Order: sequence, then structure tokens, then C-alpha cells
Amino acid sequence: MSLCHFYPSLVIKFFRVCVCVCVELKMAASSERSPPPFPDSEEPELLEDSDEGADAFTGTSISEMDSPSPDSTRPPKDIFNEPPEDIFSDPLSNINSEPQKKVDAKIPSPSSDEAVDLFSDPLDDDSEVMSSPEVQNPMPDLLNEPVEAPKSDVLGEPPVHRDAARQQDVFEDPPKSSSKSSSVKKAASSEMFGDDDDDEDLFKEPPKVVTKKPQPSGPPVDVFTEVKSDVKVKPQVKDDPTDLFAEEALTAPAPKPSAGSSSSRTNGVHSEEQDLFSEATVELSLDSPRNDRKNKDAVKPSVSAPAAPVASSSSKAPSKTLKELEEEESEDKFDLNISITNPEKVGDGMNAYMAYKVSTQTSLTMFRSKTFTVRRRFSDFLGLFEKLSEKHSQNGYLIPPPPEKSILGMTKVKVGKEDPSSAEFVERRRAALERYLQRVVSHPSLLQDPDVREFLEKEELPRAVSTQALSGAGFLKMLNKATDAVSKMTIKMNEQDVWFDEKIQDVENEEQHLRKLHVMVESLVNHRKELSGNTAVFAKSVAMLGSSEDNTALSRALSQLAEVEDRIEQLHQEQASNDFFTFSELLADYIRLLGAVRGCFDQRMKAWQRWQDAENMLQKKREAEAKLLWANKPDKLQQAKDEITEWEAKVTQYEREFERISATVRKEVIRFDKEKARDFNRQVIKYLESLLHSQQQLIKYWDAFLPEAKAIV
Amino acid sequence: SDALSNNEHLSSPRAVNVDLQTDATLQVDISDALSERDKVKFTVHTKSTLPNFKQNEFSVVRQHEEFIWLHDSFVENEEYAGYIIPPSPPRPDFDASREKLQKLGEGEGSMTKEEFTKMKQELEAEYLAIFKKTVAMHEVFLCRVAAHPVLRKDLNFHVFLEYNQDLSVRGKNKKEKLEDFFKNVVKSADGVLVAGVKDVDDFFEHEKTFLLEYHNRVKDSSAKSDRMIRSHKSAADDINRIASTHSPLPLLFSNSQKIEARVAADEDLKLADLLKYYLRESQAAKDLLYRRGRALVDYENANKALDKARAKNKDVLQAETTQQVCCQKFEKISESAKQELIDFKTRRVAAFRKNLVELAELELKHAKGNLQLLQSCLGVLKGDT
Repeated sequence: MSLCHFYPSLVIKFFRVCVCVCVELKMAASSERSPPPFPDSEEPELLEDSDEGADAFTGTSISEMDSPSPDSTRPPKDIFNEPPEDIFSDPLSNINSEPQKKVDAKIPSPSSDEAVDLFSDPLDDDSEVMSSPEVQNPMPDLLNEPVEAPKSDVLGEPPVHRDAARQQDVFEDPPKSSSKSSSVKKAASSEMFGDDDDDEDLFKEPPKVVTKKPQPSGPPVDVFTEVKSDVKVKPQVKDDPTDLFAEEALTAPAPKPSAGSSSSRTNGVHSEEQDLFSEATVELSLDSPRNDRKNKDAVKPSVSAPAAPVASSSSKAPSKTLKELEEEESEDKFDLNISITNPEKVGDGMNAYMAYKVSTQTSLTMFRSKTFTVRRRFSDFLGLFEKLSEKHSQNGYLIPPPPEKSILGMTKVKVGKEDPSSAEFVERRRAALERYLQRVVSHPSLLQDPDVREFLEKEELPRAVSTQALSGAGFLKMLNKATDAVSKMTIKMNEQDVWFDEKIQDVENEEQHLRKLHVMVESLVNHRKELSGNTAVFAKSVAMLGSSEDNTALSRALSQLAEVEDRIEQLHQEQASNDFFTFSELLADYIRLLGAVRGCFDQRMKAWQRWQDAENMLQKKREAEAKLLWANKPDKLQQAKDEITEWEAKVTQYEREFERISATVRKEVIRFDKEKARDFNRQVIKYLESLLHSQQQLIKYWDAFLPEAKAIV
Repeated sequence: SDALSNNEHLSSPRAVNVDLQTDATLQVDISDALSERDKVKFTVHTKSTLPNFKQNEFSVVRQHEEFIWLHDSFVENEEYAGYIIPPSPPRPDFDASREKLQKLGEGEGSMTKEEFTKMKQELEAEYLAIFKKTVAMHEVFLCRVAAHPVLRKDLNFHVFLEYNQDLSVRGKNKKEKLEDFFKNVVKSADGVLVAGVKDVDDFFEHEKTFLLEYHNRVKDSSAKSDRMIRSHKSAADDINRIASTHSPLPLLFSNSQKIEARVAADEDLKLADLLKYYLRESQAAKDLLYRRGRALVDYENANKALDKARAKNKDVLQAETTQQVCCQKFEKISESAKQELIDFKTRRVAAFRKNLVELAELELKHAKGNLQLLQSCLGVLKGDT
């Protein structure tokens, strides 16, 4: 304002300028809005998050409102029966076919071995309910609860996803995910909330009810007496939603919006409980890995600084040292070329999905022919991941994670909008799936897996129910959750292996670092797009200015400048897409992969935990024996001795398993580092070459313009 | 703590926008400038052989308000109605930059020391760039005046250059501001009138059509170039940040990407500032046309009044005098305005040539430098594999 008195003659203009400024401000505001660097960068995640947030709310309110009514129809006890059931309907349950002992070993139990038993038994409940009661006996009530809680948290997720997936189109439907979030809460809190989830279930349609209760809270009394009635319920559930499967599983798995509240509650619980449960509570409090990570980012950014050199060195150094190994592996790759092409929309409306042509070219004899092509859809890729995870992740293998679901992107495609963003989405996904598949087949062990072969070769892939449900993202989140819990537990684990100790830290730091970098690159992509748009607008404006210029040479030079700017606009656009596809996506891939690496560490940690639990139990059994000796009760002594022998065997077995998984994880991580170095090197070269090309073009354009500028007279 | 040092010294700023023929008899430049919290002190340096200066070479310290005073004194002087008054320099505006620095200071805790230092450097560089631009704009104004055959002889200008005390220029009071406001209402109404009336003189008719369109287009181009450069700077900032975050990109890359920021800065200097200057200069030319139009209307009215007076045979002499004064004024304005507008075009073409050539050369220089760095980056990387 003060300006206007210096420009007496310009006051009117000042007002006009005011209007201009307003308009410009508006435009600036909108243009700022259009490339939102942050939200955009995490678009899919955010979207899911917000959905979940909403879901969580509705879920809670619903359950609160309706809590009294359902009690009558369904005794709250049922809840306790279901957790086991549900827990084991997740990936683990698929291993059901195997003997019980094996299952036993696989179940990650953060606390005592009783817990293990408890869980293994319900597993069987699906098939044979009989076995459970015996095992249940030794379990103290107290233990039962906290142990279960984290389990449901970690493992209980899959069922929910599946459930959600069944409803895919209806993914806005709050109840589904709300059940999940409430389950988290419930796990964290105590019996008080035990019936919440029942109410919820009743409130919703029957199909959803079934899978919905991983909630293990409440008094563990009579857990297994009810199992049968539960089993009855199950079939009907499974039947109901079958037709719904036809569509692509779209729903984002809803992880932990309620994390904050649950963790605070957990803390309360934690304080009341004994240290026995401390592990369990740790897990609970960690069920929001993303938030957690963000907090870490914010709280101690200094961490990233030391992390950075590590990251860069780890990405560079091995590339030199491991050259030979690389060559060896690239030979493998040479034998198997996979490309994904022709993304094609199948069907209409919300039932539509994208199908991709997966072409394989190979000389490997394990395949029937040298070239073959199949059509696969996104959920098939997820299914492959899930199958591989089920089979191999507990052994410590690093299963490459598939790209994450994007509700927004896919919905756009489904709605059939032919806009560039939807085309970009399809291309982005195609490329990501291709990279994913290439990573799978470049893993020597995974390549041998019959499911991988089937995926590449088989004309029609059975649309297995369970494979559809879980999105890669969901599974990863689940893994991450567990992983975060593990990272806390590491402190207790008292890591003996320096290599793992450092590596775990490295991976965590690097992941943080890449996340940070990813945000920046996304911001660059947006700014570059903005620049491209603004350059186009400027080019037009300069062309107009040139047309009104009355000096012929200057007018000509200005229209030449407009042409140069037009071409530069193209360059910016190309560069933006290079920023994105070569750089940003690389980072996104490795953020996911690092998550998977942490998953491997987690698997190892679980094995360690199991071993330690067995050791503790053995110790207890020995103490019991000593007590019996002291009390002079020979009648029970033999049983105690038998138990000791049994647990000694278990300890040996678990220890061996831990050593085995440690070796595998180590191998996997070394392999991963090597691949990463190679990948980064390749991609960075590609990226720099794209920049180089840009500069060459720029030189060409300005070189051509310079004489025009000099010709102005 | 104020992250910004209060005083910024600057030596040898260069006028970048306009190409002016320099004349050894009077040379003016801003040799130094000092930025204090709420004002900028420019050291105006003069070299002259003109007899009305006491010395051949001298310097005075001037503030923005004094530049404005000088400009306004030209505008208000009836003698100069026939000239394009060089546009006044824009007010120094460091508010945005200062605010950013302050915000940075507040957010100091949330970032690493490295990041903070980097951000601070970036903001200080930004501040310095604005500062240099401000100085350049003020210098251009003085150079234009010094190069003008009539305005260079202006007494106020000489006082401005030589008087080594504060000119004690005061801001306008409310009443004066209100007067200015009404003057401008009238002026813009007249402007519409003048624009609507077809000029009898083809030259002026052509210039009027040209300037009205040109002014709007240069205004548009100026706004759009600003926006383009703003997003270019954002992208360059991102790149810099990425390069300095120990990215997987090689170290050399960060050097190469500093170039991107320089490209944006040079485009700002060579392109956006040029357009901005010609936005103001074309407005000044339009003002000249307006004054001529006003004089023409006055002259026509005086003719009518004289006819009336003759018909009524009343106050004929007075009407004749008025008519003659108006006629002379109009003719005087027309005569000098014609030359001024021709000069304006010459200056414009020369300035655009100079800036566009420099722009192209800088773009080439940067692109070539970047290319070379990228090539050596790639060499290093490929040597790795």
C-alpha cells in the first residue's frame, strides 16, 4: 500500500494491479495445489490411510452404539474361539496340510511355549477340534491373553484383508476395515472391549461376520469348548461371498489408523502386567510402523546423516568387489527374459481390471518351450507373491514384493477416463510388475518354485480364493509391523552376531534415507511437470508478444524464442517422466524391498524367540523337577523327566532352525545388496543418460536460436 | 537469532536491462549499496565534465524514496510532458526473503545442521539476488535519465546527484494521496477517451495501437516468465536437495545440478527482468501518448471556445491566447513525442537483442558445462561396472 504514494500517477493502475495480483494469487494457489509434492508422493498410501481413518471411526462408533444388542445373540465368549481360527486361516493356515509339529515350529510366538501350543492347536481346530483341549491345559490364563493379542495383530490381518477383498468394489464400505482397526484396539485393551467386535459383526452383513474376528481378547476361559460352534459358522461364511471374488481384489488392507490410541492403551495395560508380556506389548505398541518411522524421521533426523554414507557406499562398493558374481548371475538372467506388455482393460465399470501379457523367453530346460506368453492380472501377481511368501518367507528368503495397490489409480482406469494420468498409472504399474517378476525369477531358489513356473507358463491360472485377497502392500505392512516389533525386541535379543547387528541398523537407516530421498524426487517430478506446463504457457505468450512487435527482426526472433521454449517444454516433460520412471520408481522399489529385508530379519528374530522360549520352558521344567524331588513326589517325577527330554529336543531343534535361518537370511541379504548395487548403478546410468540427452537437445535448440538473436537489428 | 546479516555490501552492480549509449560528459552508476533492516542505501557515483557540477567526480548516498521523488518531479514537470519519463525503480522488497529466513530460524531444531546451513545459504543467495536486482533497477533509472538529452539537464537531477545531504524527501500525506487518486481516475477515463479517438496523425495512431497491444502482451509475458522461472527454481532446489542428500547419484552430479539453479537465475535476469522493464517502459510510453492526447483534446476545446467567442464577439482575445497556448503545447509535445517513441523502439530492439543474445549464450554455456559434467559422471559410473 505504501507504494502508491510514490506513484501518484499510478494509483488507478494500482487497483488494476490489485486485481491482477488476486488472480495471480489464485492461480498460484491452484498451481500449488495441483502438484502437491507430499501428498502426491504417497498418494496410494495416504489414500488408504484416510480410508482407514474414516473406517476406524465408523467402526468404533458403530460398535459403541450397538454394543448392547448383539450380546444376546452371540455370547462374547465366541470371540475367543475365533482368534485362533482366524489366525490360522492366514498364510500360516495354508500350511495346515503339514504335520502339526511343523506348524508348531512355524508359529512365531513372542512369549512362552504354551502360547505356541495354544496357537498350534486352534489351527487344527479347523480340521480336528479334538486335539485342542489337552494342549490348552498347561496354559495359564494370564498368559493367554497378552500372547494372543499381538498374534491377532500380526497374523490376524490377512483374514481381514481377505474379507475386504471379497467386497472389493465396495471398498468404501467402512465396516470391513473398521473391524480390523477395532481388533487392534481390542487386542491392546482388555476384556472390557471384548464384545465390541461382536456387535460390529452383527451389525454388518453375514458374510463379513465370519472372517472378522481375530480378536483374542477377553478371558481365555473355555476357549476351546466353543470352538465347535464356531466351526459351524465358518462354512456358511465361506460360501456366501464366493461370487464376489470374481472381481479384482481392490480393497486396501487397512492397517493401523488406531495405532496411536491402541498403543497408549497398551502402555496402560503394560504397566499392570508382568514382564512376561512385555514382548507382547511391545508388539502391540508398534503396530503402526509408518507412523513410527515418520516419528523417527522427525525426531532424529541426524540419524539419516550417518546413514547416508552407509547407503551410498553400500550401493556403490559392492558393485566393484562383486563383479564376478554379478556376471555369473547375469548369465542366469540371460537365460530367462521376461517382459510385460499390452496392458488391456477387461470388462466394464467397477468389475473391470487390467490384464497384462507376460512373455517369457528362455533356454532353461525346466520350461516346456523357449517362448511362451500368458495373460495375467494384477491380483495374479499378488497371488504369486503370497504363495511364495507362505512357502519361503519363514525360511528367511527374501521374497520380492509386488507393487502396491492404488485404489485411486485403478478406479480411474476402471471408470475409463482416458486422461494422461490414467495412462501413466497403467504404464507405471506395467513397469513395476515387470521389475517385480524379473526380481522373482532372478532369485535362484524362487525360480525353482513350481508356482513361479506355473505363473509364467500355465494358460489358465486358478483363481485361488486366498491369493486374491492380500495385496502386496497389505502383506508388507503386516511384515513391517512385525518387523518394527522385532526391532524393538532386538534390544532384548542382545544380538550376538555383529554382522546382523550392523546390518539391521544399516537397513533401517537406509530405508529412512531412501524414503526421504523419494519424497524429494517426487517433489522434483511435480515441479518439473509444473515447469513444463509453465514453459508451454510462456511460449504461447512470447509468440503473441512477437506477433505484436513491430520490428521485423525482433518479431521473428521472439517467435523463434517461442519455438525454442515449446521444445524445451517437451524436454521438461520427458525429463519429468525420466525422473519418475528411472529414479523415483527405483527408490520406491527399494523402499519396498528394504521392508522385505526387514521382514527377513523378523523371521530370524522369530526363530530366535522360539528358541529362547523353549529354553525358558526347559528351565521351568527343570525347576519343576527339582521341586518335585525336593517335595519328594516320585509319582510325578517321571512325567517331569519326560517333559524335560521333550523340551531338550525342542531346544535343539529350534536352535538348529535359528542357525539355519540366520545363514539363509545372511545369504539373502548379501545377494540383495549386490543386486541393489547393480540395479542402482544401471538405473543411475540410465538416468544420467536421460539428463545428458536433455542437455544435448538444449544445446541444439539454443545454438539454432543464437543467430536469430544476433540478427535483430 | 537473525539468520540474516543486516548489512549486505555490494560492489559493481551492472545494469542488465537496457542498452544505453554512454556519454562521457555525464556518467552515473551505483558503486555500492548497503542493505539495512528497513532500507537500502545506494551510493550514487557521478563522473561529469559538465560545468554546473563543482567537481568532476563525486558520490552521494541515496535511498529509494529519493529516487521516487526524482521520478515524480519529472512527471509533474509540464516541461517534460513530451518525453517518456524513465520508469521509476520498483521498491526494494526483501520481505518475502526475510520471512523465509525467519521461518528457517524457527525451524532450525527440526533439521540437521547440514540441512540448515544449506537452506540458509540458499536463502541468502536468494536474498543477494533480489538485492542485486534492486540495485540494478535503480541504476538503470539513473542511467536512462543521464542519457536523456533533456532530462540530464534537470536541476533536480543535479541536486540528486551532487547534494551530499539527505534530500529530506517526505512521503505524501493523506490529502495529496487523495488528490493523486482523483487525478488518476480522470487520467484513466481520459485514457479510455484517448484510446477511443482516432488520431489524425498516422504515426501516432499506429503507435497508439501498437503500444496498447504491446503493453498488454508484455505484461502477460512478464507474468508467465515469472511463473516459469519460479517453477524452474523450485525444480532446481529439489535437484540440489537431492544431490546433497547423499543420493545414489555420484558426487559430481551435485556440481552438475548446481548449474540448473544458475540457468534459472540467468533466465530470471536476462528474460524476466527484461520483460518486466519493458512492461514499465511501455507504460511510460503510453503515459506520453496520453499526455499528448490530453493536449490534443485541450487544443480542440480551445478551438471550439475561440469559435464561440468569435461568434458572440466576446472575450475573443483571451480565447485566442488560450487557443495559441494549447496549440503550441500540443505541437511541442507531438514533436518531441515522435522522437521519443522512435528512440523507445530503438532502445527496445537493442535491449532485446542484447539480452536475448546473452540469454542464448548463457543457456549454451550452462548446457555445455552440464553436458560435460554428466559425461564425466557417466564415465566414472561406467568405469565401475
